[in-house]
Amino acid sequence: MTLAIDVSGLDKSFGDKHVVKDVAIQVEQGHICGFLGPNGSGKTTTLRMLCGLLTPDSGSGEVLGLDFPSRAEEIKRRTGYMTQRFSLYEDLTIEENLTFVARVYSLDRARDRVDESLEKLGLQHRRRQLAGQLSGGWKQRLALAASILHEPRLLLLDEPTAGVDPQARRDFWHEIHGLADAGMTVLVSTHYMDEAERCHEIAYIFNGELIARGTAEEVIAESGLVTYEAVGPRADRLASELAGARGVAMVAPFGQALHVSGTDRKALESAIAPHRREPYRWAEVPPTLEDVFIRLMGRAQAERTAAA
Amino acid sequence: MNGFSASRVMAVLGKEFTQLLRDRLTYAMILAIPIVQLLLFGYAINSDPRHLPTAVLVQDQGTFSRSIVGALQRSDYFDIVRDARSPAELRRLMEHGEIQFAVTIPGDFTRRLVRRDGAQILVEADASDPAATGGAVAALAALPAHALMHDLKGAVAPSQGTAAPFEVVVHRRYNPESITAYNIVPGLLAIVLSMTLVMMTALGVTREVERGTMETLLSTPVRPLEVMVGKLTPYVLVGLIQAGVIIGMAGLLFDVPMEGGWLALGLGLFLFIVGSLSLGFLISTVARNQLQAMQMAFFYMLPSILLSGFLFPFSGMPEWARAIGTAIPVTHMLRVVRGSMLKGLDVAESLPSLAALGIFVIVIASVAMARYRTTLD
Repeated sequence: MTLAIDVSGLDKSFGDKHVVKDVAIQVEQGHICGFLGPNGSGKTTTLRMLCGLLTPDSGSGEVLGLDFPSRAEEIKRRTGYMTQRFSLYEDLTIEENLTFVARVYSLDRARDRVDESLEKLGLQHRRRQLAGQLSGGWKQRLALAASILHEPRLLLLDEPTAGVDPQARRDFWHEIHGLADAGMTVLVSTHYMDEAERCHEIAYIFNGELIARGTAEEVIAESGLVTYEAVGPRADRLASELAGARGVAMVAPFGQALHVSGTDRKALESAIAPHRREPYRWAEVPPTLEDVFIRLMGRAQAERTAAA
Repeated sequence: MNGFSASRVMAVLGKEFTQLLRDRLTYAMILAIPIVQLLLFGYAINSDPRHLPTAVLVQDQGTFSRSIVGALQRSDYFDIVRDARSPAELRRLMEHGEIQFAVTIPGDFTRRLVRRDGAQILVEADASDPAATGGAVAALAALPAHALMHDLKGAVAPSQGTAAPFEVVVHRRYNPESITAYNIVPGLLAIVLSMTLVMMTALGVTREVERGTMETLLSTPVRPLEVMVGKLTPYVLVGLIQAGVIIGMAGLLFDVPMEGGWLALGLGLFLFIVGSLSLGFLISTVARNQLQAMQMAFFYMLPSILLSGFLFPFSGMPEWARAIGTAIPVTHMLRVVRGSMLKGLDVAESLPSLAALGIFVIVIASVAMARYRTTLD
């Protein structure tokens, strides 16, 4: 097993704000690692440090077998980075954007590569259209094509599918898997749980600290969470009665159903006992990633408050 | 629900104020621009400048000569800064712009005066800026009647009604007809170049940051110097085209002379264009958005127009204003352009101004390079 990213002790502060705290990331080559966490938890900052856009305050290791961060320039050359916001030139055409990228990376066969890329995108006939006129889904595909034009061995994607429709998202993930099969390592930040489940492994960061890591199954199993689901007409109304009850760590409505979770099975069962009556039907369900993350977040928050 | 709602107006108004206060730079500019304008127009600008630097070449050692020099001094318009020893020295002082006036009292002055044989003094004025010399030249007209009032007694006293005892011959050099266009048009070259180039670069780079394309650019292997050279070169071309158009039109439409000094002009243009672009680049590393970049560029233009000697005579400004003016590249560029077009100065003669431009380029470009980051830190 070769690690494409093996970095530990990553730290970054902006002024007195400690944004990333002692984060360690390991991603196996050819794997897709989902990088999760609430807004402002330090995901973008971590990605930017990995691709050399930000200088870490501390942290060391290897990226693509190169010493990090001393060889950041070489790492940069072998890494593709797709920003959160569309950041190609809106006033250049699709083709001009790709050509620019090819030339900035001093790629050989630049013209052929651009042609191939356009063909793969299915944009040959729209190559002279301004990039700014593309729809959200197409912009995202173009940005991906631009970030892999130089055939990087590591691809960093920062919330690539924000604001993109489900079909485009599915196509996008299909493409990402194709790239990973070909040996590219992908680190992708996202807020979508379905996307997290499409990753080989996930890393969850909260308030700058890495609080969970592994495959989706591992993360769920390690949480020790027990979840019951109540189904019935307006079962979600039970939420307010159950929230805060002893043994209930969290309640989460899912449409007309309700998920009630806790780490202590006995306490949880006695908490829901009074509500196990008609018209509600209760059943134990496997906790979802979302249940686990909300739980992890709540616990991390509680620990911080306790420490403070 | 419909109709005019004062509370909705208040909501918008409150929001607008909050945004205004939050954008500190804009806020500072709103206050600073009128204050600066007021101070510059009020204190620095003087369209009837006095105390103009003057050199005298006194070849006639007599009481009358001393009285004339004294009278010049007393008129407030002339500050005798130098006692020249030769006509060559006078010429050199004027070419270098160290003096505005050169007064020559010829060796036979006393003799001719006493004999009433057409005594003359020669006043040469650097009229490349007509506004600077106008008032002083007018004051010279009164000189013959008053200067020697106390000296001419007895036999040499002028009888009532006769002509003045001597004549002041005024030579306006470089722009004998005092055509304003001769002064303004070459000056415009420096102003137009800095206005467009500083602003265009400042906006060009800030736009990349604002639109987020800078982030993509920085994630590629492209180096800061490469970005700077690549982004600025097209504007160098723009600057050269502008310069060509202005110089061409100056000659065709306004008959502004081109006395020579092409090399000095070319060198000055090159330094000035690069300096202006570097300044624009520097602004873009400070400004967080295009509006701020625009405001900073505008703020830079204020002293460039008012204190450089473009619209108002440099020599008429107080010490502090001249000190600020000296730090502004437009001031030096103006001297190079006017020097080469109106006076035909070559590189050696324009060297002080060219050197000042060179220093400006080096300082600004290095600060800009040091501030520009390959990272987003």
